[in-house]
Amino acid sequence: MKLAAKLWIGVAILIALSPIGLILPERFKAGSAWGEWGAGEMRKLAGYVPKGFAKLSSLWNAPMPDYAFRGWEKKGLPHLSLAYIVSAAAGIAATVIAALLIGRILSKKGD
Amino acid sequence: MHIPDGYLGPTTCGLFYAVMLPIWTIASRIVKKTLKAKQVPMLAIGAAFSFVVMMFNIPIPGGSTGHAVGGVLVAILLGPWAACIAITVALVVQALLFGDGGITAIGANCFNMAFVLPFAGYYAYKAISHNPRVDSNRKMIAAGAAGYIGINAAAFLAGVEFGMQPLLHHTANGQALYCPYGLKIAISTMAGEHLLIFGWVEAIVTALVVKYLQKQSPELF
Repeated sequence: MKLAAKLWIGVAILIALSPIGLILPERFKAGSAWGEWGAGEMRKLAGYVPKGFAKLSSLWNAPMPDYAFRGWEKKGLPHLSLAYIVSAAAGIAATVIAALLIGRILSKKGD
Repeated sequence: MHIPDGYLGPTTCGLFYAVMLPIWTIASRIVKKTLKAKQVPMLAIGAAFSFVVMMFNIPIPGGSTGHAVGGVLVAILLGPWAACIAITVALVVQALLFGDGGITAIGANCFNMAFVLPFAGYYAYKAISHNPRVDSNRKMIAAGAAGYIGINAAAFLAGVEFGMQPLLHHTANGQALYCPYGLKIAISTMAGEHLLIFGWVEAIVTALVVKYLQKQSPELF
């Protein structure tokens, strides 16, 4: 098998295993990454919600916030794990298409 | 390390977009000269690899989480300029589709993870590996050390960017407008977490894949 094929399989395996990155933090009761809190956590930690933060933090409405489907926030880990895998697959599909397009535009033809 | 919207003030956001624009332009020019058509799939695999590695959040029990970036590996295999483009693509998709990293902070996040990380890692790798045999363990160890150095350089800078905000933007009574933590807390937390935990994850991932590729595809080195 060619190296690229092996590496694509490796990426696919990582996508399938990605819920580990969701389940482990949950299991060990780890919160958000430092500096990536929402408004509620910010109020708890800092004692107030900074004014500029309040204005900017909801600037962008991502279609799949936090690698989950909208409205699935309260569902259990099995549902969220599924959404995580779907997010990984969708995100990587978008990334690969963009990288291939950029690569094709930039690369030298013929060698 | 994905700085969200609302943590950096407009000055910092604007500054890092302004810094990244020429870097992205130079990266395109250099990659245009050096990237061969047959390497394009590797560019896409590198971007995909970095994307998925960043989804493996590692917990600090009872505390926060963090993750590796995988970008030093991409830099070792494709060079730092191609890695810059690959990681930028992953970060932009993460921000746009998943709200991971802010839209206003794309410049800063790309500076940390798509510029400083691959460049620091790449040159550390070159310095440490220093032309040994293709199959030598020294290459693997150099790759691990480079991963550690690259991600820690990026985390330190993210700490500086967070920590500058209370100095740059505050109300008359001293309340911060954006990130509320100053340099001391922001740098010691961001650097500490990565020096102690997440840096080792980046090191192990980078070293293991390099070891695997030394066997599978020695022509890459």
